[in-house]
Amino acid sequence: MEIIYSPIPLYAMLVSLVAIIPIYFSKNQPNVREFWTIAAAVIKFLLVLSMVPAVLSGQEIVFKFLTAFPGLDIKFRVDALGLFFALMASSLWIITSFYSISYVRAMDEHAQTRYFICFAGSLSATMGAAFASNLFTMYIFYEALTLFTYPLILHEETKDAFRGAKIYLTYLLGTSIAFLLPAIVITYFTTGTLEFTPGGVFGASLNGGASTALITFTFFLFIAGIGKAGIMPFHSWLPNAMVAPTPVSSLLHAVAVVKMGVFVVLRVVLYVFGVDLLKDIGLGTFLACFASITIIFSSLIAMRQDNIKARLAYSTISQLSYIVVGVSLLSPGGITGSIMHMVIHAFSKITLFFWAGAVYVALHKKYISEIAGIGKKMPVSMAVFTLGALSLIGVPPFAGFISKWYLVNGAIQSELLPIAIVFATSSLLNACYFIPIIYIAYFKPLPEGVSDEVQEAPLMILIPMIITAAMTLILFFAPSIFMDMAEIAVQSVTGN
Amino acid sequence: MNFVEHLHVLIVAIPLLAVPIIPLVGRLRLDFSWYFTFLALSLSFFMSLNLLMNVWGSGPVSYFLGGWRPPWGIEFHFDLLNSFVMVVTTFIAFVSVIYAKQSVANEISYDKIPAFYAVFVLFFVGLFGMIATGDIFNLYVFLEITSLAGYALIAAGKRRYAKMASFNYLILGTIAATFIVLGIGYLYMATGTLNMKDLAERLPEVYESRVVFTGLAFIIVGLLIKMAVFPLHLWLPDAYKYSPSVVSAAMAATSTKVAAYVMMRILFSIFKIEFNVIGIPITELFIYISSIGIIVGSVLAISQTNIKLMLAYSSIGQIGYIVLAAAMMNPVALSGGIIHILNHALMKGGLFFVVGAVAYKLGTEKISDFRGLGKRMPLSAFAFTIFSMSIVGVPLTVGFVSKWYLVTGAVASAHWYVIPVILLSSLLTAIYFGRIINLMYFSKKPDEGEIIRNEAPFGLVAPTLAVAGLCIFFGIAASVPIEIAAKAADALIGGGLWK
Repeated sequence: MEIIYSPIPLYAMLVSLVAIIPIYFSKNQPNVREFWTIAAAVIKFLLVLSMVPAVLSGQEIVFKFLTAFPGLDIKFRVDALGLFFALMASSLWIITSFYSISYVRAMDEHAQTRYFICFAGSLSATMGAAFASNLFTMYIFYEALTLFTYPLILHEETKDAFRGAKIYLTYLLGTSIAFLLPAIVITYFTTGTLEFTPGGVFGASLNGGASTALITFTFFLFIAGIGKAGIMPFHSWLPNAMVAPTPVSSLLHAVAVVKMGVFVVLRVVLYVFGVDLLKDIGLGTFLACFASITIIFSSLIAMRQDNIKARLAYSTISQLSYIVVGVSLLSPGGITGSIMHMVIHAFSKITLFFWAGAVYVALHKKYISEIAGIGKKMPVSMAVFTLGALSLIGVPPFAGFISKWYLVNGAIQSELLPIAIVFATSSLLNACYFIPIIYIAYFKPLPEGVSDEVQEAPLMILIPMIITAAMTLILFFAPSIFMDMAEIAVQSVTGN
Repeated sequence: MNFVEHLHVLIVAIPLLAVPIIPLVGRLRLDFSWYFTFLALSLSFFMSLNLLMNVWGSGPVSYFLGGWRPPWGIEFHFDLLNSFVMVVTTFIAFVSVIYAKQSVANEISYDKIPAFYAVFVLFFVGLFGMIATGDIFNLYVFLEITSLAGYALIAAGKRRYAKMASFNYLILGTIAATFIVLGIGYLYMATGTLNMKDLAERLPEVYESRVVFTGLAFIIVGLLIKMAVFPLHLWLPDAYKYSPSVVSAAMAATSTKVAAYVMMRILFSIFKIEFNVIGIPITELFIYISSIGIIVGSVLAISQTNIKLMLAYSSIGQIGYIVLAAAMMNPVALSGGIIHILNHALMKGGLFFVVGAVAYKLGTEKISDFRGLGKRMPLSAFAFTIFSMSIVGVPLTVGFVSKWYLVTGAVASAHWYVIPVILLSSLLTAIYFGRIINLMYFSKKPDEGEIIRNEAPFGLVAPTLAVAGLCIFFGIAASVPIEIAAKAADALIGGGLWK
């Protein structure tokens, strides 16, 4: 593996952090302030993009920022998996920025400067974790993301918002301090390093003293500690965090926060423990079964939610576990599907959240029972929703089909037929909770006395939705960039 | 002996000489008293930096007062451990005297300011002496100096109850000092020497003796009172609450930490690690009481409505970390404890600085009055946030470094049950500081109008922000203090249990 030393990953992480300063000082001129947000988003995206060719040609970009204390470096390493995540988050940040700006203006939100500052900070944390070269660096950015998103969740400053934010903080900080940190310490102490290694740091030291019991224990600590992945029973922060404004829910709870969670799971499974080791101990199968429970249960819960965002939240919990199950199958197909599902779910789910925001902005409706007949009033939005929902259900020719294909394949490769059945059942359940929304919106009549004249959300809200919805189609026909990176990542961790 | 070698003793001597001068020049002009205080304490700080560099470069330094060699004379002995603690303490003295200028003018009546500064410097002289000395009786003398000055400083608080708080501390402090001097007497009985190095040489022969055991027990209990380790902490909350802002800050940042240093000195330098291993289960006992103290301190802190009391209980928890680190008796944990002396001094000193600034501007210590502080005093609120995150142990702040070493140390010597204690206390800390951050930034009374910015004066904000900056700096570039602490820890116990 060829290694390039370059500070680009550091810059890509810092851009939005530095942008906080001009954003703060232009707090009295909204247009200037928003300019900085967009500028940072675009620069960040370009920086991330500039690293793609090198990584696609099999190189890695490394930059050591500093040694925090002996043995622990703040260090960045851009490999295919990290860049995959970064590319997804930074491209969606641009789209979400436009959406956010029009959303907060349409809703006339308070504390907009704080909102954009925290948004920028969250993106820096996401990049940092994407490029983190070791568990320590990753932990720093993992915690930073929690702290930066906290003000976004209590943005409304109502009682509910405080309650939701408190639960959010308790779950995420609680699990990470109580489980993740000790897991990292134990890893450091038993293996002597925290650096991500494709074969796994435990894998490399398999015969080096760490007992199976200790490895199993540490593995459970890790899985319990990564609360952001939303694996039951540590999932309930996610529905509660839905009190946040919709753009926050969409970027952070379909893309940044939860994807950071599953990304860390991927890193831990593939780069800390390693495929071979987990196969030997049989922990992969265990995790797959464990997360399958989450897939099924949260789908069932989602069906019973009337609040649009709550239904989407439970759907997210279920879809996240797809990714966890996929990687814990430990077969090339499963891992590919799992990585691809990160980006496919991101584009599909953000479309749905954008739709929820559009409905709220245009009609002030929050509940599924209230949206009867809105297919006539908001034709564009509903069309977009339909695309996103179909993609998540896994209907071809939408991107969701690709990842499900790989996931089911992976389950069969690992000879775990029950898991394949779980995927199939869950697709059915997905349909059960999305199709009714489509049905109600198109085929139920509008309530008495409501005119059927078109009443769409502002254009700047519609355009981002259309782009992300289009992406779900494009990713089906041309998944090449993402697919190539996923393949490189899979090759490096499975060794063929 | 050339002048440079005398520099080290001047760290203690210059402030000592300044003590009688300060009230005198204060009579000429009030301002002068502050300038002399500043001059004396800043000289001490720079000389101690120089000292640390010397010791780091060329090993431990001894200085014989008046040229009298031990056992007749008193020896100042500087190794890495006490040079490091000296730098921390003199640094806190240095920033708090900058902070003091405006804070004291606001809180102490005009005619008492020169005397206040004299006592303030005396308080630090005692601490510097405790750190520097290599003679155990001399240690007691300096301990009494700092304690007596401390009683006076607490009593200088504006509220009437300050006298009572001071008196309570005086009673307990005197008991502690009596215990310590008794213990020293016992050790003298058994060995016939007061010099620490001599003690360390002669004690192993008499480890089995009851006299030594009793002496150690007396000293330890006395020190535990001075450190305010639970359950001997009762004097501390009121003392912090009622004393003037700058005194709370300086005391919280230094005095208990210096006592902790003395404890490390006695446990590991005077008594060797073998004694701790084969002798009595002192360290096990320490682990239990400090674990309980950490949790109880945090829980009590949650229930406070007065910010100074909250910070005081938090200190009781935090001192538990240092005791715990020492009691686990392995180099990793011990270096965590040593580094926590620096880290906690920065964090707690800074927090009390902010509290003093709020009291200066808003005249309140109630937690509920922190509402909207993010808009009202943005810089102070920002600094407070950094200190809080630090004390919770968020990565990239000093608090995380301490916790990392403590947890790693616990793994190293297989004290598994300590890990949940540390993590639980992190969570509890997050609760009581998170509440204040919420109040400062995210909570608004519905009937409240626009909040007007009303930041504390520069003289209070600048040192606060400087300390906050260091909290981040030493959180990111922790290598420098860690290397010193690790080397000091190795020198203390590295040779015993681990090799």
